[in-house]
Amino acid sequence: MTTVNQLGAPTDQFGSAANHGAGPPGPGMAPAGNTPARLEATDVSAWFGSNKVLERISLTMEPGKVTALIGPSGCGKSTFLRILNRMHELIPTAALSGSVALDGVDVYGPQLRVTETRLRVGMVFQRPNPFPSMTIAQNVLAGLRLSGTRVQNADDLVQECLERAGLWRETRNRLNESGVSLSGGQQQRLCIARSLAVRPRVLLMDEPCSALDPISTGVIEETIRKLCHDVTIVIVTHNMQQAQRVSHNCALFLLDGEGMPGHIVEAGPTTQVFDDPRDPRTADYVHGRFG
Amino acid sequence: MSSVVDTAAQSAAPDPATRIDRPHGRPVVDSGAALELVGSLLASVAAVWLVFTVAGLSAPFGLGLCSLIGFVVLYGVVEWRLHGILHAKDRLATLYVWLGAGIAFVPLAAIIIYVLVKGLPVLASHFPHFLTGDMSKAGPAEPVTAAGMSAAIVGTLEQVGLATLFSVPIAVFTATYLNEIRGWFSLVVRTVVDSMTGTPSIIAGLFIYLLWVYPRHTNGPSGFAASLALTIMMLPIVTRSAEEVLRIVPGSLREAALALGSPQWRMILRVVLPTARAGLVTAVILGIARAVGETAPVLFTAGGASKMNWDPFHGQQSDLPIQIYQLIFSPSVNGVREGWGGALVLVLLVLTLFVLARVVGSGRRSGSRSRRFAFVGRRQVDP
Repeated sequence: MTTVNQLGAPTDQFGSAANHGAGPPGPGMAPAGNTPARLEATDVSAWFGSNKVLERISLTMEPGKVTALIGPSGCGKSTFLRILNRMHELIPTAALSGSVALDGVDVYGPQLRVTETRLRVGMVFQRPNPFPSMTIAQNVLAGLRLSGTRVQNADDLVQECLERAGLWRETRNRLNESGVSLSGGQQQRLCIARSLAVRPRVLLMDEPCSALDPISTGVIEETIRKLCHDVTIVIVTHNMQQAQRVSHNCALFLLDGEGMPGHIVEAGPTTQVFDDPRDPRTADYVHGRFG
Repeated sequence: MSSVVDTAAQSAAPDPATRIDRPHGRPVVDSGAALELVGSLLASVAAVWLVFTVAGLSAPFGLGLCSLIGFVVLYGVVEWRLHGILHAKDRLATLYVWLGAGIAFVPLAAIIIYVLVKGLPVLASHFPHFLTGDMSKAGPAEPVTAAGMSAAIVGTLEQVGLATLFSVPIAVFTATYLNEIRGWFSLVVRTVVDSMTGTPSIIAGLFIYLLWVYPRHTNGPSGFAASLALTIMMLPIVTRSAEEVLRIVPGSLREAALALGSPQWRMILRVVLPTARAGLVTAVILGIARAVGETAPVLFTAGGASKMNWDPFHGQQSDLPIQIYQLIFSPSVNGVREGWGGALVLVLLVLTLFVLARVVGSGRRSGSRSRRFAFVGRRQVDP
């Protein structure tokens, strides 16, 4: 797997972060870089304490494609998303079975540290959360500073990431203002730019537009469409139209009842899930007949 | 005349394109409401004064208190009769809030004013010398001109400075541990910190006296020993306030940092602590404010001295609380006057430290930084 760097900067620029304290990378270990990776979840079940919240989820998120996770609230979409980059481990009682593989490497295995996993599998949250103590430019570079990566031409990287996130035009003259001086939609795009700066191979988005107005949502969807050539995107959304607009593949999560674990009812190409679903529950859900 | 008509015509039918919107002025004070307030107050004072005079009572404090109670009752009744019960409740609640704030403010202002009245003549009439000279030539029989606070000022600055240097890193580390790491041991630490908050300051002085001053009897008390005692006083205060400040840093920022592949220590160092910076400075100020005024722990440990001693590590040192304590209890009138002057110097010193800390804490990376922009209204989206 070769690392392609758009700026022509030395390719080991991010390798140093990837190997940070872990010695040379093992064979088959996925480096951080600019190519989208395949993310494969196999038989993932999850618990919070003794409460099982996910039941044997198997889903392949294809490289360079946008995969949408849809379903009613509380059915485990966000939990599943956070399992993909080990963010769910922040909850002390969380437990897991099954495996998640990034280009064939188990992210829960010994080959990848948790920080390395998160460096490769970035995340954008529901509410925009730029760092208030940093300027716009510092926010973009925050991931590199936080992972201890040296960056040679920081200005170019800031510009590149803001351009990819569709924010450069609005912020080029105010890079030294605080990140929280931006509007909500701009803050969310700043968070996307911040995630892109560490060159993740997968980007997880947890309802990234639910706190935004329709215009900002449109801008972010446009950003997603542009990004998916460089990075595999997994997006959780409650908005059926959004799922249809941006995603190539789609997975519907449902609960069988109160207190039951969530599971995948149907997964496949978005057009098929929406236009020709195999499961009647899928047809009911995507056409708004329940949920 | 014609111009007046023109303006009237314009204001009656303004051209929408050229009309300039002006904000409404502040609501005019309702003269009726003011009249009711002042009237109730005057009526209450007059009635109570009449009663006191007829009864032959002479008690200014009682007069004031009774007038106040009478005023509240009368005002409530007036509002009730004129505007109804709901309005009366609203006015009374407002009045209670103002009265409460006023009563809380009175002792504070009284202390400052009293110190100013007593101390300012001494400080002003012996201006440069009172700050620059030491007490080596002053005595009960000497005039105030012989006295100076420099030794005490230097002692206070050195002792509190060292104590801040010792306590702040430990306190911030402890607060970080309590808030970011947690676990069963943090319960123990929190309990210890809480009980340290309640430790009488003389115990801290005694502890350092037995631990440091007494075993090195040849060395004796020093500014350093005092700073150790002050460290014990500052630690729990800075720790607890720093912990409160770290707790209000949003968890979403921690998540964002971790999701970027940050190890926990970098997340704390680069995101949590910078976000909480202004609050941490306040925590340090609280600790300094506590330490500057402490008398009991430094009595044992610094010992007090009339001569200037720049070296905090050797020999007895003075500081402002010790100096004030000694002077106020001195048998001479001049000594007491010097003590008040010293008290004013202490108040001014605390004020200066506060302002300095504020400037350092919030202004270093000025402009774009946190506090100025955090609460500014968000700008419009520019699609």
